[in-house]
Amino acid sequence: MTVDIPRKLVLRRDPVDRTFRGVARGGGIAVLTIMLLVGVFLAFRASQALSSDGVKFLTVQDWDPDSGKFGIAAVLVGTVLIALVAIVIAFPLATGTALYITEYAPRQIRQWLISLVDLMAAIPSVVYGLWGFFFLQGNITPISRWISQNFGWIPIFSVTGVDPNDPLPTSTLYTSSTFIAGIVVAFMITPIITAIMREVFAQAPLGEREGALALGSTQWGMIRSVVLPFGRGGMIGGTMLGLGRALGETIAVYMIISPVFVIQTHILQNGASSVSSLIALRYGEASPFGLSALMAAGLTLFVMTLVINFAASSIVARSRSGASS
Amino acid sequence: MTTILDSRPDGVPAVMSSTPATTKVIIRMNDTDDSVAEAQPLVEVRRQTGGLRMIDLLSGAGAAVASLALTQLLVTQLAPINGPIPFFVIAYLLFVAIYALLVSLDESGPVVRDRIVRVIVHSLAFSLLVTLAFVVIFTFSRGVQALPHLNFFTQDMSLAGPLDPLSDGGVLHAIAGTLIQILIALAITIPLGLTTALFLSEVPGPFARLVRTIVEAMTALPSIVAGLFIYATFILILGLEKSGLAASLAISVMMLPIMIRASDVVLRLVPATLKEASIGLGAGQWRTVWNVILPTSRSGLTTAIILATARGIGETSPVLLTAGFTASLNLDPLHGPMISLPLAVFEFVKSPEPTMIARGFGTATVLMALVLLLFIVARVIGGQTLAVRERRRARLVALRRVFTISWLLRNPLAAKVAVGAAPADTGLDDPAPILEESE
Repeated sequence: MTVDIPRKLVLRRDPVDRTFRGVARGGGIAVLTIMLLVGVFLAFRASQALSSDGVKFLTVQDWDPDSGKFGIAAVLVGTVLIALVAIVIAFPLATGTALYITEYAPRQIRQWLISLVDLMAAIPSVVYGLWGFFFLQGNITPISRWISQNFGWIPIFSVTGVDPNDPLPTSTLYTSSTFIAGIVVAFMITPIITAIMREVFAQAPLGEREGALALGSTQWGMIRSVVLPFGRGGMIGGTMLGLGRALGETIAVYMIISPVFVIQTHILQNGASSVSSLIALRYGEASPFGLSALMAAGLTLFVMTLVINFAASSIVARSRSGASS
Repeated sequence: MTTILDSRPDGVPAVMSSTPATTKVIIRMNDTDDSVAEAQPLVEVRRQTGGLRMIDLLSGAGAAVASLALTQLLVTQLAPINGPIPFFVIAYLLFVAIYALLVSLDESGPVVRDRIVRVIVHSLAFSLLVTLAFVVIFTFSRGVQALPHLNFFTQDMSLAGPLDPLSDGGVLHAIAGTLIQILIALAITIPLGLTTALFLSEVPGPFARLVRTIVEAMTALPSIVAGLFIYATFILILGLEKSGLAASLAISVMMLPIMIRASDVVLRLVPATLKEASIGLGAGQWRTVWNVILPTSRSGLTTAIILATARGIGETSPVLLTAGFTASLNLDPLHGPMISLPLAVFEFVKSPEPTMIARGFGTATVLMALVLLLFIVARVIGGQTLAVRERRRARLVALRRVFTISWLLRNPLAAKVAVGAAPADTGLDDPAPILEESE
């Protein structure tokens, strides 16, 4: 009686296949090298500035690297505030639009709306900057003034130098503020967030939707009990990706704000700051050491965006709507 | 249906039954129907489950009128608030409140909440779309005074100063610069990006996972930092001048992760059954990639490339640091500064002169038109999946066959000649159903 011995499988690839795998691996290695080069170079140059500055880098507000007095406290707070204003405005807009497209819009215009939102996500940021600088700047002042006069007792809405009894307060107090930059960035990131949310909402299982409706729920009841819980991961993930974009936005912010190097927590007041506009402002006249300091600021921004993006993708991947988005 | 079966005691299936029997059944059915209708005259009115009722329209219109009137009263008499935007905000809030009140008069709590949410969602979507459309229209309307001058597209700014009218100077240098920069960037990123995407999906392993993680991390790289990197290495360390090439490299560093990530997603969407079928037929890995994976995902890959291109074209900040500024046409990417469209917009609107600002808006319009063009091309290509194309081909073949058959019917002589070829033809030319399943 013969015993069947499993045949030994030997994978012998064609020369063509070996070449293909080699070339593909080479491409991967090249990209990895480029990416690591960027990261390592940034880290190396940044470390020169960081080692001389130490912890002060996070606490000092001024930016004067050549005299040794520099830190990102002011610009970092400014960046985060602009991004937060943007998210506070963009989140409800994006959620509403995504729900409208998936749940309420007539079937005939749905595809059209999806294309429109995708197209808006591709509009160059300089166009939003133009709109913010030439239109919004002049027309938002009444709202800024109204908020500051009625909610000025909340610290972030207060504007110093405002006389509540002055019927014609100067409007220059309210221009070039964190608030305006935040609004512009908000409209820039809303299409991106909307696109992600829409995709997740559209995947909400039909059976559960029909189940909710068959149990007698209204459309909003169905959305609240099926669509929103299903899409929660995508909502959070999409918003965080938008936040990442908002943190790194340069040109629209640079066009609007007038840079200050103190921690400016009054979001309605003239004067704001952000890391990326600091780089755009100071790179040209920077000494080699000043450039390392700018790199350190850029690296901080990069690390922040990186943490946010990874958190976002892990939240999206762990949610019920899954990694398909 | 039951009546049909009952009427036939011999158990002959309905399909097989002869014509007289069927007629008889139908007559009997009609008889019974009539008698039922006479016995109990039940008229069913179809219930309307969707659509608008008169009361919805009326409550909406009433709430709108009431809120406008109340706001007018508030703004003019009670609290002097000027400006159209606060007026609109107050009117909107009042509208929602009054509408909820009107609905609550004859509906239950959940329905009222449903209506409020419906109003809010509609207005959120509407305001976003209107604002985004306004951003585009605003740019276009401010730029439209520069666009009719043909010299805007055929001249550069080397001989036109800020005070010159719009009939002098143009943005040819920026258009050419953008095209050159993006072409160089594409020449770098397409081969590298597609190879890497293929590597990630076809040569999996721990190393591929590492590359994927790093690439995903680099999508977070702020574009200005990409520009700063090229500025610090190529311009300050290697001593290159600010040039189109440096700008292309900065754009490439920014575009590469975006393109790899998008292509990777597209390549992973290729059905495993197709790959297995190809390998099962004895094809090697390269054959499978070349003949199955790439053709299947061609439209998706094109879309990924075009969308990454649109991002690359619109980015200002990496170019700002690396391209330099010039007012004249420079076609040499290696030497001398070379401006691009977004950077030209940025430089134009720095000037206080109205003509320069008009030029800036005109340039922004050209840039948007370019992005729109890319986007439409992406849509057209992206909409053409392999299945759609095959179906269209199959339809063409079927159409041709119909024509051929009708022609053969009209020419009996030709039919006799062609009769051998026809069956073989029909057997070969229809791979469409198989591919449609994989869609």
